[in-house]
Amino acid sequence: MLILKKFAQDKSAVIGFAIVVAVVFIAVFGPWLAPYPQDATMSHLTRRLRPPSWAFPFGTDNLGRDILSRVILGARGALKVSLLVVGASMAIGVPLGLAAGYSRGWLSEAIMRVTDVFLALPQLILALALAQLMGPSLESAMIALVATYWPFFTRIVYAETRRLRASLFVDALEGLGASPTRIVFLHILPNAASPIIVRATIGLGFTILVAATLGFLGMGATPPDPDWGLAISQSRTFLPGAWWYATFPGLAILVTVLGFNLLGDGLRDIMDPRLRRSR
Amino acid sequence: MTPLLELDDIHVHLGGRKRWFQPDIPPVKAVGGVTLTVAAGEILGLVGESGCGKTTLGRTVLGLQRETRGSIRLRGKTVSGARPRDARKLRRAIQYVHQDPGAALDPWWSIGHSLEEGLVITGHGERSRRREIIEQALAAVGLDPTAQRRYPHEFSGGQLRRIGLARILMLDPDIVILDEPTSGLDMSVQATVLNLLLEIRARRDLTYLFISHDLSVVRRLCDRVAVMYLGRIVELAPAASLFERALHPYAQALLAAAPRLEPGESRTIAIRGEPPSAARLPAGCLFAGRCPYAEPACRTEEQVLQAVAPGHEVACRRWREIAAGAPPTAAAA
Repeated sequence: MLILKKFAQDKSAVIGFAIVVAVVFIAVFGPWLAPYPQDATMSHLTRRLRPPSWAFPFGTDNLGRDILSRVILGARGALKVSLLVVGASMAIGVPLGLAAGYSRGWLSEAIMRVTDVFLALPQLILALALAQLMGPSLESAMIALVATYWPFFTRIVYAETRRLRASLFVDALEGLGASPTRIVFLHILPNAASPIIVRATIGLGFTILVAATLGFLGMGATPPDPDWGLAISQSRTFLPGAWWYATFPGLAILVTVLGFNLLGDGLRDIMDPRLRRSR
Repeated sequence: MTPLLELDDIHVHLGGRKRWFQPDIPPVKAVGGVTLTVAAGEILGLVGESGCGKTTLGRTVLGLQRETRGSIRLRGKTVSGARPRDARKLRRAIQYVHQDPGAALDPWWSIGHSLEEGLVITGHGERSRRREIIEQALAAVGLDPTAQRRYPHEFSGGQLRRIGLARILMLDPDIVILDEPTSGLDMSVQATVLNLLLEIRARRDLTYLFISHDLSVVRRLCDRVAVMYLGRIVELAPAASLFERALHPYAQALLAAAPRLEPGESRTIAIRGEPPSAARLPAGCLFAGRCPYAEPACRTEEQVLQAVAPGHEVACRRWREIAAGAPPTAAAA
């Protein structure tokens, strides 16, 4: 309970946590929360580019769709992409990092050199190349993001595993005759969990940002998806007159990414085994 | 009667690597030819300065470090030559207590959980039986069963040593390797830990391999003492006769360097120079470069242990002269 108390004292972490909870809530219940859920696909050309009002708090876009509804509906897509990308990156990166960190010699070297090669790939450029190759779609953007994000997990897990492998308690376990599987999964993985969780949390925000960038460049989501990045891209031609068109999806991205980052930083501070208490 | 543990000409080389286009990195000869027998029930002290290979020797006996050469026999059965994991299975009867038992516990696991794990690994029956064994072991080291629910960082250094001891006692070992069991403890805690060690040994019929550089503790506790220098045993003697009359110049210097309570006699003879690198050992006696009694012949002849009295062996060709009180030769280079 010490952990909760400590967490509650960290204001920015609590704010981050609240934002993340709100975003998840909106993503899950979006279709029921949005005032005009049908605006995900339907257009109403009679009410184009209305400024914010009581009926349309965030205004309407060039096809007369309610921007508030589209921002709400976009949360699910953004969250789905980032969860899938980070989940897949962890699924690839964490086992490789454990294997490279625990083994010695050529296996470890081989994994880490391949990781270095992938780490050297610039994320956006790979995503653009893949989009060219496969045609612009959310899938190609996600593949590109996974291909460039897993090495971060490998590096972190590798470093942690190396450190823990040299620690006395792993030595003691080897002395007791514990199997490598037992040591790696029951001891090294839990002890390495905190940096992984922190990285994943920050990665969720980061992925939302990059996915939005790709949407903006026309390489991610395709119309008429209520994607935040795509909305900003489409709004460009109506600036500065229709300022609300770009502003509210942009704010949605800003707040969500900020929330994940604050939460990630807060988690980093409380992930300390010494906060574990028996009472 | 076969001795409990026999080491025959154990060599351990660490590291070392062949490289392409560059000179090879020579291995560090951490242990170079140790022959030693340990009788059941005795406490054998292993002393020497830092880096002399005593911990490496302990880990080799345990099986975590594979010997490069030589053989180890446990109750007459050869247990050497296996990969570390198999070696540990063969040597269940040997257990090791770490220098810092606090760091030897997973910080995320409660004590009870950590203790239970040793039993799970060695395949001890069902849960209720394990509970019982853990409680007995904790009681044996003077801790109450509530300790199980707590985490390593909630204990003091002395308590952690007890936990470390409980952890291996549960596995019912014959030989326990104690690596610096008293380092970092204050005097009163040291005394309780040492008393506990003696008490447990008497109760469980244990044999201790006691690695330490605290000579006063060794003198109090050990039956026999092996003095190590650069991976070799230079003198092996019953504790009483070693502290009475050490023969090897290194052992003499080591004993002389220990602080004493008698006033007035505070001047100690420091050994000059640094020990040579264990990666590039000199020819002849390894101590010749720092030895006050060195002769030219010392630098060419390798020294092996020779018996000087029953149970007392020394690896010095001039031990007779030194015993007779020969003066130090001119300054060693």
